[in-house]
Amino acid sequence: MASLKDLRNRINSVKSTRKITSAMKMVAASKLRRAQEAAEASRPYAERMQRMLGNLAASTQGAAGSPPLLAGTGKDDVHLLVVLTANRGLCGGFNGNPVREARRQIQALKAQGKEVKLLCVGRKGRDLLRRDYKNLIVDSFEGLGRRGITYAEANQVAERLLTMFEAGEFDVCTIIFNKFQSAMTQVVTPRQIIPFPVPQDAEGTPQGAGGALYDYEPSEEGILKDLLPRNVAMQLFAALLESDASEQGARMTAMDSATRNAGDMIDGLTLTYNRTRQAAITKELIEIISGAEAL
Amino acid sequence: MAETIQFELVSPARLVKSEPVEMVVVPGSEGNFGVLPRHAPLLSTVRPGVIDIYTAGVISERIFVAGGFCEVNGETCTLLAEEAMPLPEVTSELVAERRRAAEDRLQEAETPAEKAAAEAALTVVNAMAAALN
Repeated sequence: MASLKDLRNRINSVKSTRKITSAMKMVAASKLRRAQEAAEASRPYAERMQRMLGNLAASTQGAAGSPPLLAGTGKDDVHLLVVLTANRGLCGGFNGNPVREARRQIQALKAQGKEVKLLCVGRKGRDLLRRDYKNLIVDSFEGLGRRGITYAEANQVAERLLTMFEAGEFDVCTIIFNKFQSAMTQVVTPRQIIPFPVPQDAEGTPQGAGGALYDYEPSEEGILKDLLPRNVAMQLFAALLESDASEQGARMTAMDSATRNAGDMIDGLTLTYNRTRQAAITKELIEIISGAEAL
Repeated sequence: MAETIQFELVSPARLVKSEPVEMVVVPGSEGNFGVLPRHAPLLSTVRPGVIDIYTAGVISERIFVAGGFCEVNGETCTLLAEEAMPLPEVTSELVAERRRAAEDRLQEAETPAEKAAAEAALTVVNAMAAALN
């Protein structure tokens, strides 16, 4: 049986843990609002850009000499997975889920005899993946978005990707990230960004804007050359924002349940503490009474 | 009411505008072009400048955009702008401040990429100043 002092110490330590988790929860909640707004605000732009490129890609499909960012390198031997995670832990399954998805994809791709490379954004994902796939990680970015995600940061990652692509280091690039759905739910989403996935309908034929042929100003290549790298950066930016909002949501939920668990634990411990104290008092009383009776 | 075309203006930060308009004039990189309903499909890069939105034959709204892309098909005109703000918000103080920032960046730029970015920022500022007058 734990002594009264032990119990008291235990209660105090759980109480201070609860203070920390509830503070973290509140910080995450206030960051969540901002992150969520940013993520939602970026969606229209990213979606429109996807759609615009989709139309463009559909209308130029099969044309010779379309840029590799659009048409691919003609093979898919080397896959690059970009895994977006947080820099810090204590946010439930937030870091684990994309990493698990990445592992699954690595296994699947390896089974097909493809080569896989990894690029980690966020410290936690790198730490987790380094254990099993150390030699696959080509690069990692840390400390992004310490003060909110900026487009410049996304661009930095995008430039690294584009240089690697131009150097022919990979053929297909997919980002794996947590898509923000609500503060409680994040959906792990893999999204291919290089080469640009042409939207297809049920029969697998590319979907265009009713087969409309576009006029281009200044020129088709000029626009594509401008638009494609920007799309890569924009998709990354959008994914980073989604991931950031998800992280805050996940942390808030995790810390909320931690706070609640700490509360339950304190209640339980307090009960034991009071019982033990009462038992000690009763024991003392019995001792006194039986001593008096013996006289 | 006259025939309209759905006009959408989005910047990375938000959806600035999404409404039917009668005509919109976009500063394309190869010259301004007006978009009316049933315009032929067109994709164009956009230089920094001012968009004019027409209602009932007169300009009802003017918005400054810092370059981007414009897609037109029969029913919609989508403009992806790097930055967009209503013209009344462009003030001489803002222009002066941004010009300073851009010039500083140009001074400090070391790599060609940084230099190009700073020059692009300066072009935007110049377009802003032009829009002001």
